[in-house]
Amino acid sequence: MEYIKPEKIVELFKEKFNGSIINSRIETKTAGLTKNNYNIIRLQINSEDLKDAVKLLSTLDFPHLAIISGNDMGEEIELIYHFSIYYGERFKEISIGLSIHLSKKDLRIATITDLVPGAQVTEREMKEMMGITFEGLPDLPNLFLPQNFSKNIYPFRRDEKGIYPLSVNGNYVGNNIVKKEEVKKIE
Amino acid sequence: MSKETYSIPIGPVHPSLKEPMTFNFEIYGEHIEKVNLAPGDNHRGIEFMGMQRNPIQIIYLAERICGICSASHPFAFCQAVENAAGIEVPERAQYIRVIIAELERIHSHILWAGVAAHELGFDSVLYLSWRAREEVLDLLEYLTGNRINYGVFMIGGVRRDISEEQIPRIRKTLEYYKDIYGKIEDVFLNDPTIILRTKNVGILTKEDALRLCAVGPTARASGINKDVRQDQPYSAYADLEVKAITPDVFSGEVNGDVYDRIIVRLLEVVQSVQIIEQCLEKMPSGEIIAEKKLAKLLNQLKKAKGEGIGRHEAPRGEVFHYVKLAEAETPEVWKARAPTYNNLMTWVPMLLGQQIADIPIVVASIDPCIACMDRVTILNKNNDQRDVLTKKDLHELSVQKTRRITP
Repeated sequence: MEYIKPEKIVELFKEKFNGSIINSRIETKTAGLTKNNYNIIRLQINSEDLKDAVKLLSTLDFPHLAIISGNDMGEEIELIYHFSIYYGERFKEISIGLSIHLSKKDLRIATITDLVPGAQVTEREMKEMMGITFEGLPDLPNLFLPQNFSKNIYPFRRDEKGIYPLSVNGNYVGNNIVKKEEVKKIE
Repeated sequence: MSKETYSIPIGPVHPSLKEPMTFNFEIYGEHIEKVNLAPGDNHRGIEFMGMQRNPIQIIYLAERICGICSASHPFAFCQAVENAAGIEVPERAQYIRVIIAELERIHSHILWAGVAAHELGFDSVLYLSWRAREEVLDLLEYLTGNRINYGVFMIGGVRRDISEEQIPRIRKTLEYYKDIYGKIEDVFLNDPTIILRTKNVGILTKEDALRLCAVGPTARASGINKDVRQDQPYSAYADLEVKAITPDVFSGEVNGDVYDRIIVRLLEVVQSVQIIEQCLEKMPSGEIIAEKKLAKLLNQLKKAKGEGIGRHEAPRGEVFHYVKLAEAETPEVWKARAPTYNNLMTWVPMLLGQQIADIPIVVASIDPCIACMDRVTILNKNNDQRDVLTKKDLHELSVQKTRRITP
């Protein structure tokens, strides 16, 4: 197998998406006495480019998806697709995180289950916990939350759709289940 | 003739996993036609709880994600926080981390071998292998104070050193496993009945394993040469000889069946012994923690900003932690991924076309901590007749099959 250097991979992405890569970063970590190093790439891309980005990764190696992590940042939700490629050879594996910012006004993104079927579980988790709509993902029953769980509450959110008590650095937000005044009374 | 299928739900309580499972099987005669997975009945919201706590408190929460991988989760979590905050771990601490993690792998794989034997109806082998597992648990207790939940990991290093006097005791246990390994291999890999029950059962092809993002021994038994310790060596693994084990090392072929998964796990026990021996030889002297004062460390973490990932090859596969620190007491994001999360999808291709009596061993073959496949309801759709199969009945079916096919 031909191994491409991390810098080259970032260049490939920049070439393919005509500079619509919002952010890119390569981290090098060292380990052990021998100080061998490994690389982690983080790319921030537009949501409509996700599918093409996964296709581009597939041309290098079959991308292994660890998980999608979600973060409610107020106006936006950040999804990070944690991929890794070039496994199977010592010191060669590169972790690639594809970060996507979705506006809360339009929480839709294309599913990648047709390219990486193993993504189904984690996409369903993000759908239930964050309220993201994955276009093309079949509407399957809840995987992690109870079947009768409210459709308007997303436990990982930090806004009014989140759950109580949700503490952001000590401040309670969210008013779905218990009103703020009642929270104070309980405390 | 119309094809009449029965629906069999299995589960849902399964407390040793983060995501307990319910299986819904469509059965035609004895054969499984369709598998539906429905986990999540016991979701504990650990990530949510973690995001209300400071990183040092999370270590102990992470340790309790899984009762058996109680070194793997804190290992990956500490790495993620160290990457996010830019903390360097002293080399000696990296070696101690690897020793604890490999001892955990030995006990986990032998525990699994016992469970697999039990599912097939070999209870004497269960007792013998769990007896063998006691030695490593005793050693872990001797080194850390606990048989599980070791409480050794700390951000920036480890909490307990391994002293010179403790090393002979470690070597003694390693010798014990070298001595009995021949017996274990003979019992599991050369026994005609185990071969009959596990060869060509629960096959996962290499292609399916890749597509479903399988990890750990489940992926390696299907011929995917994937092991974080080899591919992206972290901690002291960067200095040690580690090679992903695929079943062709032993049998010369890769089938991706239950037998191959037994091969991979047993060979990994030997590999762990070798890794610990290498560690004892190469372990440098020096500090075991980057910052001894916890208040100072907490203060440093409170001011840190950044994100990091931590990966560790746990006994069941890759554990993945993602942490984002944002100059606050609590982390902004903590995402933990246990190996069974990825491997549960692989049950579908493994179970299709198998018999009901094979469910226990196939389900156990990915090592999901199968503690309580506690109740099975057989529902006859035609006459609404209900029968409840307990785990005991299901186990009995499996034992009967073993007796039936043994020559």
